[in-house]
Amino acid sequence: MAKTHVTMKVNGAEVEGLVEPRTLLVHFIRENLQLTGTHIGCETTHCGACTVDLDGMSVKSCTIFAVQAEGASITTIEGVANADGTLSALQEGFRMMHGLQCGFCTPGMILRAQRLLQENPSPTEAEIRMGISGNICRCTGYQNIVKAIQYAAAKINGVQYQEAAE
Amino acid sequence: MNDMTPTREQREAKLEGMGCKRKRVEDARFTQGKGNYVDDLKLPGMLHGDFVRSPHAHARVKSINSEAAMKIPGVLAVITAETLKTVNLAWMPTLAGDVQMVLADGKVLFQNQEVAFVVATDRYAADDGINAVEVEYEPLPVVIDPFHAMDADAPVLREDLAGKTTGAHGPRKHHNHVFEWTVGDKDLTDAAFRKADVTIKEMISYHRTHPSPLETCQCVCSFDKISGELSIWGTFQAPHVIRTVVALIAKIPEQKIHVISPDVGGGFGNKVGAYPGYICAAVASIVTGKPVKWVEDRIENLTATSFARDYHMTTELAATKDGKVTGLRVHVLADHGAFDACADPSKWPAGFFNIVTGSYDIPTAHVSVDGIYTNKAPGGVAYRCSFRVTEAAYCIERGMDILAQKLGMDPAELRLKNFIKAEQFPYHSALGWEYDSGDYHTAMKKMMESVDYAGLRREQASLREAFKRGETREIMGVGVSFFTEIVGAGPSKNCDILGIAMFDSCEIRLHPTGAGIARVGSKSTGQGHETTWAQIIATEIGIPADDIKIEEGNTDTAPYGLGTYGSRSTPVAGAAIAMAARKIKAKAQMIAAWLLEVHEDDLEWDIDGFRVKGLPEKFKSMKDLCWAAYHAVPPGMEPGLEAVSYYDPPNMTYPFGAYICVMNIDVDTGVYKIRRFYALDDCGTRINPMIIEGQIHGGLTEAFAIAMGQEIRYDDAGNVVTGSFMDFFMPTAVETPHWETDFTVTPSPHHPIGAKGVGESPNVGGVPAFSNAVNDAFSFLGSTHIQMPHDFWRNWQAAKNLGALAA
Ligand code: FES
Ligand code: FES
Repeated sequence: MAKTHVTMKVNGAEVEGLVEPRTLLVHFIRENLQLTGTHIGCETTHCGACTVDLDGMSVKSCTIFAVQAEGASITTIEGVANADGTLSALQEGFRMMHGLQCGFCTPGMILRAQRLLQENPSPTEAEIRMGISGNICRCTGYQNIVKAIQYAAAKINGVQYQEAAE
Repeated sequence: MNDMTPTREQREAKLEGMGCKRKRVEDARFTQGKGNYVDDLKLPGMLHGDFVRSPHAHARVKSINSEAAMKIPGVLAVITAETLKTVNLAWMPTLAGDVQMVLADGKVLFQNQEVAFVVATDRYAADDGINAVEVEYEPLPVVIDPFHAMDADAPVLREDLAGKTTGAHGPRKHHNHVFEWTVGDKDLTDAAFRKADVTIKEMISYHRTHPSPLETCQCVCSFDKISGELSIWGTFQAPHVIRTVVALIAKIPEQKIHVISPDVGGGFGNKVGAYPGYICAAVASIVTGKPVKWVEDRIENLTATSFARDYHMTTELAATKDGKVTGLRVHVLADHGAFDACADPSKWPAGFFNIVTGSYDIPTAHVSVDGIYTNKAPGGVAYRCSFRVTEAAYCIERGMDILAQKLGMDPAELRLKNFIKAEQFPYHSALGWEYDSGDYHTAMKKMMESVDYAGLRREQASLREAFKRGETREIMGVGVSFFTEIVGAGPSKNCDILGIAMFDSCEIRLHPTGAGIARVGSKSTGQGHETTWAQIIATEIGIPADDIKIEEGNTDTAPYGLGTYGSRSTPVAGAAIAMAARKIKAKAQMIAAWLLEVHEDDLEWDIDGFRVKGLPEKFKSMKDLCWAAYHAVPPGMEPGLEAVSYYDPPNMTYPFGAYICVMNIDVDTGVYKIRRFYALDDCGTRINPMIIEGQIHGGLTEAFAIAMGQEIRYDDAGNVVTGSFMDFFMPTAVETPHWETDFTVTPSPHHPIGAKGVGESPNVGGVPAFSNAVNDAFSFLGSTHIQMPHDFWRNWQAAKNLGALAA
């Protein structure tokens, strides 16, 4: 099948490649760019494992074609850590609050949570639960993911994180 | 001692040993997108394989024409059963003693069965190839309802078994019969029922569902024609077993097979078995001489690899009028689908279903299980539970509630009256198990006090009055569940897989600087073994957990193990780790004695080293002894500090717990609200409380999903109607309730560190708690049992059937 040339910015770097018109963005990211932190859990837009940040929105990269991302600015999990290489507040929160087990949903969860905290810097528990409802986790039961996001929100807002009583 | 000498507390804390909420080692890579999952692997020249699947549940395959497919750019091969026959691999053995088609051989027996394997340069081309393969089918009548599978005129499903009146587990009584398995004393049980004051009988179904880890099943196979070596990277919960199975069926010498399980994105039983995709990818690599990747998509995962449950349990209890249970009788109709591909220990066709007497001192019991074939996907895996234990726990826990209702007794009261007492352990059950330890009364009472059980019942009573007066349309249910698990398979005297005893193993090697590596036969699929295994070693030999690297999943480097499922990692591999560590410690003690010029018996262990009794300043730390092991061992001793242990457990372990679910249901909409869920677990010694809590949250969420909606359902023609995440209930953060966790600690007396395993308890105990809550809510309207899953629609239907809807 004839290939199309695409260019976009991924994690701050200009990238380009040749793709078929039907190539999914997630396959372009994983296979052409070899950024394998973005995962595939369903290919039907339900699980959120493939979530990336695209021009300021959380996008399920299994649900758009690479050609649709022409010119876009994308962040994947590989671009989330702080510039000095330390873990971002969210990455740290997931580790501190045991917000991950097998780790398969984690990149998508973190990308989604990062956008959520930009949309709403101090979300309530209910807002967090609704805010990540496009992302499925099979391992954690979400409770510690909620705490991880609360931990990160507190850290970003410069306040002490208080774990809610059970 | 000067001020710089660390205190005992500081020395303990530095180890981060057992009991510590150590943060996970795995998380650095997982939070930064640096995990190594199978699909991340890209080998030079790698091809992609994908399946043509059957749209029919039962049909003859008249012809397969791959001419058009082979013309598609990028398509290199189309493999069919005919191709596989040339290497004798058209069929493969299952772990349950049956055989299974790898690719359709003459006919198909379930929807989405593998028919042909298209190999192409990339996954898109493979997909084009699939669409171009022309298959001609002749549909046949289907068997979907398990209760009609053994009708005299039921269609014959397994023509390959024609005339075979005996299967892997004894006589077959019908052409769609797999096996009958019985246990217990039938005559004594029948007598108990004749003498009983009160009996109950109910057909309790545990519907078909699916483990669905977020990462599907996948592999990369690479055959090197020159060396004759086959490397397989795959999503395997039991990589060593896969290596042996490949050696046996592909006739490749076992030393030339390298099986590697890298990071695995959840397992829950889905990744124990061997699937056609693995065989086809291996054959395709041998045929093409290139690495071949096979990655299942979600629909394929849900519809073709490894369902769970599908047990239909006719349950009877006999009791005295004051509520002492005197007998249990269960008949199970077990729907195994088209092939019996259960991943149970070989001699256990119904797993450990005979744990069905549960936590109760029931003097006599009898169980019979009939396995049957239907036109559904094969499997029968233990979805986050030990083999068929969740079915058993659901059976007895629903049964106890139904009995309580008939007796007019409180369900908690009935349980307290029948529990095995703490002083009865080790307890021999009527169906043949020896329970290692337990204190059920204490756990149950702690649960009841924590949630104010009496208060909940008072609230329920007044809400019921209000409902009857027409003041509310909500009903309230309190679901009690007290489960006993049986995990840690298992002792070689009764557990094997294909003849291999179900031991597990660990090899520890300490380096001169006081650091080391441990390789273990288990395989984490998210349980955090890289973190917890090091904690066991830290406590045993006084080397900080941070200084021990844990490695699993590479069959070339790790000692042989049976893998991770059935909550067996801590009970079996965890024990092997402790035993290997103790061998190291024993050698270190000899070195210490020599260095300190005392007899070994004059030394005592002190957190992180050996001390001469009575002379506290004469001390050798483990770190010193590591160095010494490489340059100053006693005369005659071999240098080095390493040990291997293969642990054959003397018994299973029996974790238990008391769970309660409080739920309100709106009868007019069927919408439920989980108000509270409290889970008390006793898993013996606790290695890492943070990880235990995480496991419980996850298991409860899966239990919630199963009980409240998650189902693999077929229509009458054999089409899967819940084959994607659109229809198959996957709770999100919004639906998932808040979990309260609690614990008691009753160590296992036979396990080296007293640990019992925990990962599956919440699924086993959780499902009955949810279902009992729904059933308890409806009970005052006259119902005794409503089948799972309890989604809104079924709740509404239940209300309708009970005449509870507004006129
Ligand atoms: S893979 Fe994109 S939503 Fe599941
Ligand atoms: S950590 Fe396994 S799916 Fe979320």
